[in-house]
Amino acid sequence: MGAARSQHRAEMAALTSPLRVCRGILKELRAIQGPSYRQSLAYAYVMDQYRKNKVTGERYCRAQQEAHHASHTYLCLLASTRNHLALHNLYHGKGERRPEEVAGLVGLRLPTQPGGKGWEK
Amino acid sequence: MFRSIVRLGNALSLSKVCPGRQHQRCALKYSTAAAERKKFYEDVSISQGEGGLFEINLDRRKLKTPGGKLFTVPNEALAIAVATEWDAQRETLKFYTMHMTTLCNTALDNPTQRDKDQMINAALKFLETDTVCYRVDEPHALVELQKNEWDPVLHWIENRYNVTIGSSSSILGPEIPEATKDTFRQHLTSYNFWSLTGLEYVITQLKSVVLSLGMIDRHLSVEQAVLLSRLEEEYQIRRWGNVEWAHDYDMYELRARTAAGALFVHLSSESSTVKRKLLQD
Repeated sequence: MGAARSQHRAEMAALTSPLRVCRGILKELRAIQGPSYRQSLAYAYVMDQYRKNKVTGERYCRAQQEAHHASHTYLCLLASTRNHLALHNLYHGKGERRPEEVAGLVGLRLPTQPGGKGWEK
Repeated sequence: MFRSIVRLGNALSLSKVCPGRQHQRCALKYSTAAAERKKFYEDVSISQGEGGLFEINLDRRKLKTPGGKLFTVPNEALAIAVATEWDAQRETLKFYTMHMTTLCNTALDNPTQRDKDQMINAALKFLETDTVCYRVDEPHALVELQKNEWDPVLHWIENRYNVTIGSSSSILGPEIPEATKDTFRQHLTSYNFWSLTGLEYVITQLKSVVLSLGMIDRHLSVEQAVLLSRLEEEYQIRRWGNVEWAHDYDMYELRARTAAGALFVHLSSESSTVKRKLLQD
């Protein structure tokens, strides 16, 4: 499991290069906001941050590492929220069936009472 | 003017309506027991108010917390994150997807009236039942998995903070030395109230102080921290199979909440300056 994990880590490092994370965030924003995502506040901020942190004189730049982790975290937030909502709508979104539908499931019909039941208006 | 407000639905409780004013302030108490609120705005924008704090505007109304206070955040990045959440809503408002907003509301309203010391004490108490310190005796494969996956994180945090934590498979859990607690207490005191709110939230989600600090200190990514937190579940899934409507659902929800908490802590504690270096010829 340890070897698999370090291999997984190496894959993850390649998968989460800054460019991919940036593309991922933009994809999520487009999913949220549609074609006009380039006019959104989030788009402007993300692109600005990427530009600011692109060039550094240091070999290990702490600000760059922090920005990379933050962008990865934001991508995780957007993607997970979307997936969670999708699963929620898929499995938990329907709510309860009406009594007529439930009766129909087993081939029965609800009785009708002319004049309504005592407590109905 | 009044008619359009009434049309927004009876779920909205309006306490102050001044027709004719440029900016209308309406209390958005969404703790009322309405099933689902309809989306009542078109545009979301942010603006900077007094004290340099940022506010969120839904159309022309300023967003308020459930406690009735004006919704303010200390920096632009946090404001944009919240605004994006509100902008992402479609016909109905789904508050369970708006994690950044929820965290800001908790920090602003402080409904349980906590102070910094209480939160630090609670976090230190949690260390005694930390997930990565609490090991099983069997099955053997799970014991190995816990050793291989959790021991590195424990070693990392012990090195990073120069403390001893250790792990235990007894029902009482590990004995945390007082020196360890003092070191962490000193470290946590340097967090501000907002960051502590976020940290407490992350600890509650991951069920681990070690994993939370590992992620906040950027040693682990959100996905890694969530995987380590759910290690036993992942083990069982690998053995018995995955159930999408339960396992994936829980995993994505945990990831979303943890990511929101981490982002909240980072944005609440950061202050950034840009220094441009000129190239010397």
